[in-house]
Amino acid sequence: MAAVDAPRIRQERRRTAWRLGLWIAAAVLFAGLPTVFPSGTALTTMSLMGIMIVFALSYNMLLGQTGMLSFGHAVYYGLGGFLAVHAMNLAIGDRLPVPVIVVPLVGAAAGLLFGIVFGSVSTRRGGTAFAMISLGIGELVASSALILRSFFGGEEGVTTNRARLLRLFDWNFGPQLQVYYLIAAWCLVCMVAMYALSRTPFGRMCNAVRDNPERAEFIGYSAQAVRFIAFCLAGGFAGVAGGLAAINFEIMNSVNVGAAQSGSVLLMTYIGGTGSFIGPVLGAVLITFLQLMLSDATEVWQLYFGLLFITMVVFAPSGIAGILMMHAPLWRARVLHRVVPAYLLAALPCLLGLAGVSLVIEMTYRLTVKANEGSAFRFLYQPVDAKSAVPWIIAALLVIGGFWLFRRVRPIVADAFGEAMLVARRKGWA
Amino acid sequence: MGMTAPALELVGLHKSFGRVAVIRGVDLQIEAGERHAIIGPNGAGKSTLFHLISGRFPPSSGAIRLKGRDIAGLPPYEIRRRGLARSFQVTNIFPRLSVFENLRCGLLWPMGYKYAFWRNVDRLVELNERSERLLEEIGLADRRHLPAGVLTYSEQRALEIGIALAGGADVLMLDEPTAGMSRSETDQTVELIRRVTAGKALVVVEHDVGVVFGLADRISVLVYGEIIATDTPDNIRRSEAVQEAYLGTARHGEGAR
Ligand SMILES: Nc1ncnc2c1ncn2[C@@H]1O[C@H](COP(=O)(O)OP(=O)(O)OP(=O)(O)O)[C@@H](O)[C@H]1O
Ligand SMILES: [Mg+2]
Repeated sequence: MAAVDAPRIRQERRRTAWRLGLWIAAAVLFAGLPTVFPSGTALTTMSLMGIMIVFALSYNMLLGQTGMLSFGHAVYYGLGGFLAVHAMNLAIGDRLPVPVIVVPLVGAAAGLLFGIVFGSVSTRRGGTAFAMISLGIGELVASSALILRSFFGGEEGVTTNRARLLRLFDWNFGPQLQVYYLIAAWCLVCMVAMYALSRTPFGRMCNAVRDNPERAEFIGYSAQAVRFIAFCLAGGFAGVAGGLAAINFEIMNSVNVGAAQSGSVLLMTYIGGTGSFIGPVLGAVLITFLQLMLSDATEVWQLYFGLLFITMVVFAPSGIAGILMMHAPLWRARVLHRVVPAYLLAALPCLLGLAGVSLVIEMTYRLTVKANEGSAFRFLYQPVDAKSAVPWIIAALLVIGGFWLFRRVRPIVADAFGEAMLVARRKGWA
Repeated sequence: MGMTAPALELVGLHKSFGRVAVIRGVDLQIEAGERHAIIGPNGAGKSTLFHLISGRFPPSSGAIRLKGRDIAGLPPYEIRRRGLARSFQVTNIFPRLSVFENLRCGLLWPMGYKYAFWRNVDRLVELNERSERLLEEIGLADRRHLPAGVLTYSEQRALEIGIALAGGADVLMLDEPTAGMSRSETDQTVELIRRVTAGKALVVVEHDVGVVFGLADRISVLVYGEIIATDTPDNIRRSEAVQEAYLGTARHGEGAR
């Protein structure tokens, strides 16, 4: 027996070593990022990314791991955040010896507690019933947030001051750099914890319930119990993210428990890819980055997110991680470079089409919402007048031309990929 | 003797869907160590009987006792925990999990891991060894990493049975285990079933007459929701009532397939 299993044990050891290496690399990366990107904006962005990684991973415990589509996950993030803010204010007021680094635990407890309360109602059924109830609970909490002013602080929200909590050595966590490290540390711990969770008997059964809740019951597991535990734990991790947000922004308001925040985590997770652990991480990083970039560049940035989301659902339902995974055999077989020219070729029509679509969006926005500010604006550094016909014609040409070119280029890309895949398969990598 | 309760006991079992009575008063006792086959024409209610016993639907009336304890109306997971496992006529697996993972999941509860979210499955040596052995036994060792959903039909059938066998339940119920398998696959499967059910109770629904007569200690004939005969294979083969009600039609049916 032992002799037969030796290679498998060795393989398992190697895999464990690999994983440990990856986590150490992640830790080094997190520690080193501020040296590479020391600017204030970069630190704020990276802090937000860390928070969103935890939030999106907690969401994927439901969507990707257990097959539960929630429209109200911000409830646990937001309530975790509010409780954390109140806890911080309490600690400041009563001069309690609480360092800010443990505040996310308050968020975790709040998320877990509300997960237990709302989960006991919503996880009785899976599928559409669960999705609908999650939406209902989301609305319920969001509207309560506007009514219960003493707790949620109404429209303005509740503020705090993280620098006034107990100092840890000579760190008071006032400067953004210190907050970044706090978030990075919590983010890494949560990532490891959530990854480990997916490798437990419970985690495996989450996947089983996702695939076939009925059969899961015939092998001894209550699908409802699996959903409930997953829901509570996901609530707890979302609460950590909320606690980190409370520390980072020093303010929480009703928007944080609302539908927009719930939608945004769904978007990140889905675009990143629900089928793997790394997907939501990629989604959180990319979407946070785009959100900050686009909200600087255009006022209708949410519209672009809608478009991106639709594009992903239609063309790449397995998300960014899914696309990367598809290329893993090519990478291993060292033929990835063969598809690059075709991809570059495909990028051209995509960029043309994108330019056309965004020109239409921006001109429409000028003529409707911003009608009283005049029709002239700048697009890609060019002056544009939305009232004249020329830019509309150009936009139409860009869209139609981009589409036409895309149709022509598509088979070329498919061929390039197919051929590279063939080589990879011949080398035994797929 | 007579002191130990039968492995499985059905008393006056009825099931109606709306006005349609599908199971119309079934009484049956199956002892531990017995291999029992249920045969009957299409639509007789064999699968429905399985669903009642395994908890997929509650019976309309009657009692179901597993090792002497009433299980009628309990949810499927409770019944599994009390030692009754089953397979399905229509393949019912975890399509996105790997073949290995399908089997390992089948072993988790019987091995006592419950909802543990603090242990690493890859480090549970006995769990993995038993999954491995089961994988070999159902002949899917070279498919271990594939998602179960991409297997061929007969491979999925083997996996379907494998999930039911995982954990070695005291009472095993297999609904047409060899349907869609080739002759040699059928023989292997029957051999496996025979081996793992030694000393345990087996209830099997089968249309393949060779499998039924080769495997069963006793046979019940279910026709229109009623058991018209329960006896040894030899006596069933000789019974005229059975010939008339089922075996003749089954031979025709076999030819038509
Ligand atoms: N959920 C249901 N609702 C209504 N009628 C049902 C339901 N399930 C089964 N039936 C009916 O009950 C009868 C028995 O079906 P069942 O599947 O138990 O037969 P079976 O003996 O397993 O047949 P087969 O050999 O074809 O598998 C059939 O007439 C079927 O239409
Ligand atoms: Mg049937």
